[in-house]
Amino acid sequence: MSVQIVTGNHAAGYALSVAGEANRTARGVACGIYPITPQTEIVEYVAKFPFSKGRVVPVESEHSAMAVSMGASASGARAFTASSANGLAYMAENIMVAGYYRLPIVMVAVNRTLGPPWNIWADQGDTLMLRDFAWLQFYCENNQEVLDTTLLAFRLAEDRRILMPVLVCMDAFIVSHTQTETTLPEQTEVDRYLPDLDLPHRMRSDEARTLGGLAWPNEGLAQRLEIDEAMKRVPGVYRDCRKSFTETFGRDPGDVIQTFATDDAEIVLVASGSMATTVREVVRKRREEGEKIGLVKIKMFRPFPEAALREACQSATHLAVLDRNYAAGAGGVFWQDTRAAFQGHRDDVLIQNYLTGLCGGDVTPAVIDDILADITSRSAAGDPVWMGIETGEETRQ
Amino acid sequence: MTATAATIPLPDECLLRPGNTNCGGCGMSIGLTMLGRALAEADDTCTLVIPACCGIVTAGAFPTTSYGVPTIATTFASSAAMASGVASIRDLNDEPGQVICWAGDGGTYDIGLATLSAAAERNENIIYICYDNEIYGNTGGQRSSATPAGARTTTTPWGKTQDKKDIMSIMAAHRIPYAATLSIAHPDDFARKITTALETYGMRFLLLHSPCPTGWKSEPEDSVELVRLAVASSLFPVYEIYDGTTYRINVEPDEADPAEYFQRQRRFKNEEIDLRATRRACSDRMQRLQALAERYPPDS
Repeated sequence: MSVQIVTGNHAAGYALSVAGEANRTARGVACGIYPITPQTEIVEYVAKFPFSKGRVVPVESEHSAMAVSMGASASGARAFTASSANGLAYMAENIMVAGYYRLPIVMVAVNRTLGPPWNIWADQGDTLMLRDFAWLQFYCENNQEVLDTTLLAFRLAEDRRILMPVLVCMDAFIVSHTQTETTLPEQTEVDRYLPDLDLPHRMRSDEARTLGGLAWPNEGLAQRLEIDEAMKRVPGVYRDCRKSFTETFGRDPGDVIQTFATDDAEIVLVASGSMATTVREVVRKRREEGEKIGLVKIKMFRPFPEAALREACQSATHLAVLDRNYAAGAGGVFWQDTRAAFQGHRDDVLIQNYLTGLCGGDVTPAVIDDILADITSRSAAGDPVWMGIETGEETRQ
Repeated sequence: MTATAATIPLPDECLLRPGNTNCGGCGMSIGLTMLGRALAEADDTCTLVIPACCGIVTAGAFPTTSYGVPTIATTFASSAAMASGVASIRDLNDEPGQVICWAGDGGTYDIGLATLSAAAERNENIIYICYDNEIYGNTGGQRSSATPAGARTTTTPWGKTQDKKDIMSIMAAHRIPYAATLSIAHPDDFARKITTALETYGMRFLLLHSPCPTGWKSEPEDSVELVRLAVASSLFPVYEIYDGTTYRINVEPDEADPAEYFQRQRRFKNEEIDLRATRRACSDRMQRLQALAERYPPDS
């Protein structure tokens, strides 16, 4: 194990590579790769990694990148890829297929604004667009969390109780291109954490089975139900994966919901990704001034950890849900799911949406202060509030 | 015919099993049977990678399958990329058997062309077979870029005005180790080319002229005769290309009149086919191939 100053992309590339290398004693590793800003450094890292039993296929599109990874995965190898923004949109058809094939592929996504207008900065709209596919989704706050979650994602995806692909997300540039101290585990440690992959439904030369052919409604329905059942097992299996991660690496990769100062908090800020760091600092400062506020960071978005979220907000009367994304005509995506989680359980909680940091905007402490000022003054929730937009005299400093 | 029927292998040894629901006179089905026999003869086996097309509908409904080999369905544009992943893991594990893409003309000439081109440029160790029925057959008969000029489809209701895309030249331009055209009217040539493909490393592209009575509005019993006419009249020459440069014509056309080919398919209305221009095009096509075959004589 060594501590190095690396970018989030480097951390992701390293994690994908050592995870792939760990399967050299089984059927190996292969993946399709295709570059897109700001993900490119990840696939460059993977392309130069000296795999003992692996092949990196530099293809002509994101759509084919996922297709190569699916072919490898369906053949029983470990497989992964990475993409971002419009690349994910172009890949979307095959992302969907990987989920329904129950292939344990891990994809790192660097959250970037979907164009047009063309913009390479942070926005979660690209991966949240994929929320209804049979994929698990994690949103990471910093480089270490990217590395840890990527390694954990393989263990989780390949667990026979799950067998579903996992998306590990980080904010463009704020995480992907920022160098911070990151602990990089040794290959031997990763070898211990990730056992040889033995995919039960992989193609075998002596079995004349057709993967992905036609199915009548009843069989199709049964396969969807199996996905639902596997999704319900995720929290429990995540606990196991987290525990063994801590035992192997001596470091806690964190829970699916992470709280800060929520014990007696009346106002809880709900955030995800890198902005959780900023929110935590604002909460820390204002807690010292006696304000009963707290932070809930949603790390796992799919399956949505409804029960854990409610439990984390037991004392809250007001929830401010911060969304670095906007579902056109419907508000922030984390807000929609938060409201659904509380409906019928805690209808007394005021849940207000704040759209902030979209299209790469900065979520500064001043923006968090503005959000707190707004939610404190509220007696009822309203439409989602757009924060941090500079318009005439309302220009924010 | 009795003698032929007796040689059909047992269902679980077939590439295409009896009991499938394919149309009568389907060229793809005959092609699959010929492919299966050639593989069995060579004591080889395969994994099929099939995009959206009649080929994947052929498998039938889960959990049964009409294919006697492992088969994976891909999205429409993905077969060559998916096959690249499958073949990579086969090769990393030193496993025998071919990875064969079995795709229609829509998935080859149109939506999957970029994927196919990229796999060819990488010289992936796969066999790609396009069964070309010159139509989007699975969706009920729309034009593709493989549809010949004059053919009526549901999206060219007054006849297609553009010529068929020359996919063989496109593949030859990639300098792949082996490319060849196949005709179910020439089974010996078909079998030999499969054997050649099995013995070649890298990207191998085979184009099968695949009659589709449903789309061609032809009689099922005419299928083999129609593609025989296509070869004889140089509408669909039977040839092979090594390394994108060495051409060899495998069946010499007998200068049959293409008119009969058109007359026996109701997708063509006689007044829409300029027979004089077609005869000239057939002659030009053959002359070009002969020039290429002459310029690059085969080594052996």
